[in-house]
Amino acid sequence: MEKNRRSFLKFAGISVLGLGSLSLLDGLTSDGVIASSGQTSAEATFKTTANALTAQRWGMVIDTRKIDGGICKDMEEACHTAHNVPDHEEKRHEIKWIWETEYKHAFPEKTDEFLTERLKDLPIPVLCNHCQNPPCVQACPTQATFQRPDGIVMMDFHRCIGCRFCMAACPFGSRSFNFRDPRADNAIKHENPDFPTRMKGVVEKCNFCAERLAVGKQPACVEASQGALIFGDLGDPESEVRQLLKENYAIRRKQNLGTNPSVYYLV
Amino acid sequence: MLEKALKGSKAYWIWVFALLGIITVGFSFYLKQLDFGLGITGMSRDVTWGFYIAQFTFLVGVAASAVMLVIPYYLHNYKAFGRITIMGEFLAIASVIMCILFIIADLGQPMRLLNVLLYPTPHSMLFWDMIVLSGYLMINLVVGWNVLDAERNSVPPAKWLKPLIYLSVPWAISIHTVTAYLYCGLPGRGFWLTAILAPRFLASAFAGGPAFLILLCLLVRKVTKFDPGKEQIQSLAKVVVYGSIANMFFFLCEVFVAMYSQIPEHLDHLQYLFFGLHGHGVLVPWMWTAMTLIVSGIILLLIPAARKNEAVLAVACIFTFIGIWIDKGMGMVAGGFVPNPLHEVHEYFPTFPEVMIAVAVYGTGFLVLTILYKVFVGVKTELAA
Repeated sequence: MEKNRRSFLKFAGISVLGLGSLSLLDGLTSDGVIASSGQTSAEATFKTTANALTAQRWGMVIDTRKIDGGICKDMEEACHTAHNVPDHEEKRHEIKWIWETEYKHAFPEKTDEFLTERLKDLPIPVLCNHCQNPPCVQACPTQATFQRPDGIVMMDFHRCIGCRFCMAACPFGSRSFNFRDPRADNAIKHENPDFPTRMKGVVEKCNFCAERLAVGKQPACVEASQGALIFGDLGDPESEVRQLLKENYAIRRKQNLGTNPSVYYLV
Repeated sequence: MLEKALKGSKAYWIWVFALLGIITVGFSFYLKQLDFGLGITGMSRDVTWGFYIAQFTFLVGVAASAVMLVIPYYLHNYKAFGRITIMGEFLAIASVIMCILFIIADLGQPMRLLNVLLYPTPHSMLFWDMIVLSGYLMINLVVGWNVLDAERNSVPPAKWLKPLIYLSVPWAISIHTVTAYLYCGLPGRGFWLTAILAPRFLASAFAGGPAFLILLCLLVRKVTKFDPGKEQIQSLAKVVVYGSIANMFFFLCEVFVAMYSQIPEHLDHLQYLFFGLHGHGVLVPWMWTAMTLIVSGIILLLIPAARKNEAVLAVACIFTFIGIWIDKGMGMVAGGFVPNPLHEVHEYFPTFPEVMIAVAVYGTGFLVLTILYKVFVGVKTELAA
């Protein structure tokens, strides 16, 4: 009996160790596979051409004086079509990269009883702020969301495990989660073959149109904005965005949190 | 020792198979979630964590509370707890397993879980959570099992266990601290952005965990030949009431800071939870129930005559446990997401499939706990015979 028990314990111990090393092995091998396949897919997806737009730090200025509801709709449409953003009827499953809201929601800490009439009813477009100090990147346990040297905060849809820690970390509600299959139920009306569709269970958000910048195009929302959105290099003192910021008083969302957003609003 | 779990009465096997049945039913809902996505839950773009993460947070506390037995027994040589310390450690094992399962249930892409290991990211608190939880599981497994084995052979536990036992004390504190850090380091979530979150988590853990352990002790005494002991149960009751009072004290500190400073980002969440915000208040009755239960539990436990009556004690423990479960689970998680960063109110309540998946995880935890306790009681009764 005594011997049996001992051998049983030994066996159990060895099994536990075995299981542990097995999963370790599993991890090591899949590491190689994922890393290599990740590389090839990245190379295949984004081609950088000679006319690619580059910057030290990309930023955006939104001139609310030139905004109206129609322009907001057009920008949203342009962005969501370009990026195959699904349109789900169920509000809880909603995905949005850029959308219009009211001043009091875009700037909840700056609301005022006596806010100017114009701002009170003005549609304000909101999107990812591509913070210089992004809390989402800090929170992500797999580096699936990361910051490029030019300041763009990006998502690797293939690496995201869907823990939604980044969504809790984002102080701007800029991120969406695929609560269901975005490719099913005809949720994407006109698929754009130049940009990947996503799968269920991953987080997504605005990418400052990194894929368009790479081929020399301005972001889709900027193109559709009739001059209300100006996109450029915050690191270049001669850039249009810097000139605008020099000449106009601009505000950013929740500046007090220190995330240092790269999206400015002229009010 | 594991063979002891293979021999049991009819009632034992009915219980085991009932649990297996529950797990199977709940797992079928999980398969549905795998197929459709997390859209079958009540979570949304605005409330991105819900019932699963709430259970996870609560159960990390139950796991950490084993330290309330380890400290008195191993550090202060309080002999009485020697009789039940392993029960605490085995409860910790079952709890950590449930924590891990709840995390997996919450993932959008669970098959990519290993990415956390493949791309280790020390600046993410989730990375540290994975390390401390798996470490705590191993420590308790090794310590609990080996100490019980030594007891069975009537020999003192192996010397190499001592450092591990001492390590388990700060490690227990660490698992709940890191869990609090998941929340309290996020800018723009005013409800969680408080340095007292980790201490409060620990205080509520040291109330809720031992309360549950008392209930388990009473149950073990009733259904087996092993008696965890009157003194042990009474000592645990004192731990519960200290923990529960500390928890309420910390909570009142939070309430004071939010209400006196009147900073909206901090105040709005409390207002939502306890009074409703802009006409939305699905959690209001839950929060008041939780507070009533916790306070009643404290009162019952503070009165010596009431505490010493084990029937009353059981009621007080049930009150404390459920109160903390509501407050720390649903209130803490959903309350932090409402209102959202744009100051809009989108409410959350779990769906039926979501609850069933949670039930399956609890079923698994209880199955693990049943097997471990069966072994424990088996060894104890064998020694007594």
